[in-house]
Amino acid sequence: MALSRDGTALRLKDDDHVAVCLHDVPAGGEIAFAGGGCVVARTAIPAGHKIALRLIAAGELIRKYGQTIGRAAVAIAPGEHVHVHNVEGTRGRGDLAPGTDAAADKAALR
Amino acid sequence: MIFAGYRRRNGTVGVRNHVLVMPSVMCANHVVDRIGRRVPEVITIAHPTGCSQVGADFEQTKRTLAGFACNPNVGAVLVVGLGCETNESKALASEIAARGQRVEVIGIQESDGTSNTIARGIEIARALLRETQPLERTQADVSELILGTECGGSDAFSGITANPAVGYAADRLVEAGGTVILAELPELVGAEHLLAERALPSVAKKLYELIERVEARARAMHVDMRYGNPTQGNIAGGLTTIEEKSLGAAYKGGTTALREVLEYAERPREKGLVVMDTPGQDIEQLTGMTAGGAQLTVFTTGRGTPTGSPIAPVIKIATNTSMFERMRENMDVNAGTIVDGTKTIEDVGGEIFDWIVAAANGRRPVAEQFEFRDFAINRIGPSF
Repeated sequence: MALSRDGTALRLKDDDHVAVCLHDVPAGGEIAFAGGGCVVARTAIPAGHKIALRLIAAGELIRKYGQTIGRAAVAIAPGEHVHVHNVEGTRGRGDLAPGTDAAADKAALR
Repeated sequence: MIFAGYRRRNGTVGVRNHVLVMPSVMCANHVVDRIGRRVPEVITIAHPTGCSQVGADFEQTKRTLAGFACNPNVGAVLVVGLGCETNESKALASEIAARGQRVEVIGIQESDGTSNTIARGIEIARALLRETQPLERTQADVSELILGTECGGSDAFSGITANPAVGYAADRLVEAGGTVILAELPELVGAEHLLAERALPSVAKKLYELIERVEARARAMHVDMRYGNPTQGNIAGGLTTIEEKSLGAAYKGGTTALREVLEYAERPREKGLVVMDTPGQDIEQLTGMTAGGAQLTVFTTGRGTPTGSPIAPVIKIATNTSMFERMRENMDVNAGTIVDGTKTIEDVGGEIFDWIVAAANGRRPVAEQFEFRDFAINRIGPSF
């Protein structure tokens, strides 16, 4: 677990893709960790929400707590707010079950 | 470690000494309510179940009502039935009696109407109070405690502050020989492997089966769980997916071995950490754990929720200082101090453990002081 230099964000495991903002972070706010790693918030990020610590490719599994918390729905740049607008769940996805419209759409795109 | 509790005839120990008046079917809710208005010392509950139910859904309703009535915090029970219900009041009372609980039963049809039933119910309720109230607290051991753990109205701080602190307290109780229930199965989806690693193969297998059952329900409904769980408030609080919520929720179970996986409202046979299959919906979860024998529950919340149990102390742990200060009247412990940097997880976990022992000894958390008495049975089938 690592706290950013100014105590604004918490990275729960060293190889996590995201840090949790402990306080509201304004657009342009700098999150820097001892031992390297510094990102600039691209938009304001509310307390409790996540900031990307590195580039996450579209489709890549996203790690927090050293565990998978979902999949990037689009490419996510360092410093971006990471939330429901750019992350999909990988579990409890009954909408992707065979026979659904979403599953048919996904199959057609392959 | 010892506390002073109410020793029951069947050997269990209560942390409260309530008389419970309960309907076997929703058609008796008003009679139960009228008895409670005239005898306010008793606890009354109401529910919308008990008729036109079949199969596993009916079994679960019966198990919940009987389990709730047999929680060690209850010294005696009055069951009020209608007379024609699927959930026959006399059968329910027999089940309660078979588990060693003091129980009486009356029916509205058999008593020729509601007025007679209310009058008879008032007499019986007063008699049960006279019978049970002289019982005094005697020495008991914390190894006799079953602790429910719950998070409701979670935010992103739940998994960083309050849940790990509850996990620390859970470990202390397990080390002292007690039992801890981790529940809300949908909120373990994505974290189940971490628990399975700490379980015997047969226990791990059952856990995976129950998790699969949750996801099968989402498939049967063709829905993304994220439309209902995480909730809108969870998402506003920074939680993005069910996996993320689950990874934070699982911290409540601490770090000890997982000993057993239980059905909803089933009583643990093992000591130590157990998992119960309840929904994430707060009230159904709390009811299930309490019906499984939990004498008290620790409940973490980030958004702030006032939930309480009719018969068991529910200790509220705030995950962040901002909500703790705004909803001070509804919170018992502030775990927000962990991110504020003024306390450690161990400090707050120790406070929570002390609160558990104090509540077992009679200290009343705020939800109990407010007499917030939430009760709801989880349905797993339709009414016919």
